[in-house]
Amino acid sequence: MTTQQSAIYYPAGEIEEFLPQIGRVVEVKGQSLAVFRTSDGTIFAAENRSPHPKGGPLAEGMVSGYDLYDPLYDWKIDLNTGLVQAPDQGQVRMYPVKIENGQVWIAI
Amino acid sequence: MNGNKEKLVIIGNGMAGISTVEQILKLSSRFDITVFGTEPYPNYNRIMLSYVLEGSKTIDDIVLNDLHWYEDYGITLHTGTTVTRIDSETHEVVTAEGQRFPYDKIIIATGSSSFILPVPGHDKQGVVGFRDIADCNVMLEAAKQYKKAAVIGGGLLGLEAAKGLVQLGMEVTVVHLMQDLMERQLDPQASAMLKAELERQGIRFKMGAQTAELLGGERVEGIRFADDSVLNTDFVVMAVGIKPNTDVARESGMEVNRGIVVNDYMQTSLENVYSVGECTEHRGVCYGLVAPLFEQGMILAKHICGVETAPYEGSVVSTKLKISGVDVFSTGEFIDSPEHTVIAHKDDWKRTYKKILLRDNILVGAVLFGDITDSAELQKLIKQQAEMTDELYASLMGTGCGGHKKAASVETMAEDEIVCGCNGVTKGTIVDAITNQGLTSVDEIKACTGATRSCGGCKPVVEQILQYVLGDSFTTGAKQGICGCTSLNRDEIVSEIKQKGLQTTKEVMNVLGWSQPEGCSKCRPAINYYLGMIAPDTHVDEKESRFVNERMNANIQKDGTYTVVPRMYGGVTTPEDLKRIADISVKYDVKAVKVTGGQRLDLIGVKKEDLPNVWAELDMPSGYAYAKSLRTVKTCVGSQFCRFGTQDSMAMGALLERKFERLDLPAKFKYAVNGCPRNCAESCTKDIGIVGNDGGWEIFIGGNGGIKARLADSLCKVKTDEELVELCGAIMQHYRETANYLERTSEWVERLGLEQIRAVVVDDVKERKALMGRIEFALEQVEDPWKKALRNEEGQNKLFHGIEVTARP
Ligand SMILES: Cc1cc2nc3c(=O)[nH]c(=O)nc-3n(C[C@H](O)[C@H](O)[C@H](O)COP(=O)(O)OP(=O)(O)OC[C@H]3O[C@@H](n4cnc5c(N)ncnc54)[C@H](O)[C@@H]3O)c2cc1C
Ligand code: SF4
Repeated sequence: MTTQQSAIYYPAGEIEEFLPQIGRVVEVKGQSLAVFRTSDGTIFAAENRSPHPKGGPLAEGMVSGYDLYDPLYDWKIDLNTGLVQAPDQGQVRMYPVKIENGQVWIAI
Repeated sequence: MNGNKEKLVIIGNGMAGISTVEQILKLSSRFDITVFGTEPYPNYNRIMLSYVLEGSKTIDDIVLNDLHWYEDYGITLHTGTTVTRIDSETHEVVTAEGQRFPYDKIIIATGSSSFILPVPGHDKQGVVGFRDIADCNVMLEAAKQYKKAAVIGGGLLGLEAAKGLVQLGMEVTVVHLMQDLMERQLDPQASAMLKAELERQGIRFKMGAQTAELLGGERVEGIRFADDSVLNTDFVVMAVGIKPNTDVARESGMEVNRGIVVNDYMQTSLENVYSVGECTEHRGVCYGLVAPLFEQGMILAKHICGVETAPYEGSVVSTKLKISGVDVFSTGEFIDSPEHTVIAHKDDWKRTYKKILLRDNILVGAVLFGDITDSAELQKLIKQQAEMTDELYASLMGTGCGGHKKAASVETMAEDEIVCGCNGVTKGTIVDAITNQGLTSVDEIKACTGATRSCGGCKPVVEQILQYVLGDSFTTGAKQGICGCTSLNRDEIVSEIKQKGLQTTKEVMNVLGWSQPEGCSKCRPAINYYLGMIAPDTHVDEKESRFVNERMNANIQKDGTYTVVPRMYGGVTTPEDLKRIADISVKYDVKAVKVTGGQRLDLIGVKKEDLPNVWAELDMPSGYAYAKSLRTVKTCVGSQFCRFGTQDSMAMGALLERKFERLDLPAKFKYAVNGCPRNCAESCTKDIGIVGNDGGWEIFIGGNGGIKARLADSLCKVKTDEELVELCGAIMQHYRETANYLERTSEWVERLGLEQIRAVVVDDVKERKALMGRIEFALEQVEDPWKKALRNEEGQNKLFHGIEVTARP
């Protein structure tokens, strides 16, 4: 995961605003993020752009456990690391997330 | 909690109790639910303890409902709390600590405990049962410290424990009282084959041995048998049977035999107290497997929620041993007696055995060893009490001929010829991957080269290449499931869903032992479809298990915008509608308006957040251009206007489209209707193609203009419009019930054979009517998704709108 020491956390809404296993786009400072709530309530924030050469959004992908299947090309992406699983290659930029009192914070 | 709600108390936080609660939650919110469980964990999948022991799962993997789940549904959970009795005078349950909790209704689901043989020494250290996480942990610990283990009991549980302990590095001897392993599920033949196989896997056996005493000091050191022989061991697992947990019921003065006695609605002898699962005794039977408890739970849930339900009449049980590499299955009656007709086939070379028992020519039981591909089929037949016929015999036992023709064409294919067009993989790449990396299955080739991963159209060719390169060492290999998460195929999954009454993808994956607990992008949509097909009225569609197009009810384009396609029944529209479509296209700045191959208008390039407004302003039904469902009915001009037309194709097209729209199908589905045999609407490449003629209509099926072009086959001719509609409905429902998810009719017709389909939908009038009845029932449940989305404002927000962060942190 790309963690930046000096990252600033932004409030991205209540956890209930994210449907389990269905992504939602969050715009922070002009950055489009794909935010996912897994079935165990963990939140992940990824750059909303597929690492596939043709690009495309990620937020509409299918979430299973901590894996994301990208909506256009079915690439499998590990939400912990952003790494694309074999046989494909690439990495999605992930952003640090914390949850406090039901409020989701994302660091940019 | 809410004072108006009825207080429902569940005693027992296991598989039966919580699966009943899950059913209840689907039906009603009128209960304030409290659950008591002796164990310190949330609800977990007990079946999977065998996998935990074997090392392929961890304890975290097998939790079915985590603490969040209880919280989300407002269920109060008391873990580590044992209920001792029910005080029916004061309407309270009493716990071991003496606390009291009020109830209106109670479900007792206390399961059972390991039966520990009451021989001297049974209470020494190092003696456990195999029942729960605690037992499992003791075994995992023991394996770290000790070398030798004995498992007393050669039944299902004992063998799974033994295999787990071997896997953990112990030297294991199974001690069994009888001469045959799993004698309650297998016949002597299968049992002997099983023993031989397990011996090869490193398990030792001591058969016909009656345990007399456990030896040792504080800790067990050996077993003495009735014949005075002794087996040295450091650890003993007792797996000789289970004993229903009936203490609560006895203390409360309820009727108890071996289990808590219940009637066909799971009511006990105490008013407002029900019981379900292994602790019950229904019509004299205590079950020790999960299938019955799901069936019981479903009936109980309906009954308790006041929903009408058929009574529970008992279950046909089937057994499968969960040891990798050992396929054993039995169902129904399996020990032959003189009244049975026995069909048996034993193959010592392939190490397979198959036995089917008939009584008065009705299938009543079966045993399979080594190859259990027919298990689901047999289970179904036995449940249906099917009669044996020549055809059935041939399909179950084979006809003795066979011999497949090998495809030679891949041999002559050039190395640089592209096999997988979607991913640009050549024959050479695939051959290299097989020879250099030792691949032996299509799945491995997919993972390594990417071939077959997109549309799958090239899979047969890849298989042939594999066969050609590997030559004789090619076998169809390990059984292939519908995806990498399971080894079960479609039919097995569908039959398990029906048998066990599974209701959600999660339940299917947990109960059927998926390797990824939440599945993947292949199986999740498939299971969601099968569940809806089986129970159209009660299945709750899972949006999160649908592809983006179906979830959003619009087609995603590569830039992340969407295409909206309104319905135009039979390809016919009106000037007013066209005007509205034009106005809205201008207003929402759509990038292109295109006439599709199916005679409709695509509005391409709508922004996700605009979708609800576009739908609202169009105020037209969704064209389902995104769905695995009826897409379009293409029509020609027909008798209304065409000089050649003999039938009114436009009207019939519109009628069929209105009738069958919206229903989920295994794959996308297209029709064409023509007014005469000139066939201007191109029926030959449609799933159902209809051609009008002087006396009626001719129906074609299985055409496809897509990835694998195929001309449709003529199925039959009909005289009246009513017959036409009924046949179309029957074809679609037969396809719904028998096709693999994503299997187009072109492949389906080839797999089933035109004759089979004709026999079912054309020749068998009774079955045709039944199919039509089932599709009518399913059609009653459908609703326009655009209207539905517009009604649900909150969901709409979360689904269609992003969040913009403006506030400073
Ligand atoms: C290792 C193993 C492998 C198995 N494999 C299979 C298989 O492959 N196929 C199959 O169909 N079945 C299998 N089974 C059987 C299956 O797990 C059971 O049929 C099923 O779990 C029974 O569900 P239940 O809810 O009735 O009981 P349980 O799941 O045992 O749940 C009962 C719960 O009630 C709690 N409890 C008991 N008394 C009280 C009390 N007084 N107060 C509060 N709580 C109480 C218990 O602690 C327990 O958690 C297996 C079982 C084991 C142990
Ligand atoms: S199929 Fe026949 S009826 Fe239809 S448009 Fe063509 S010629 Fe006319």
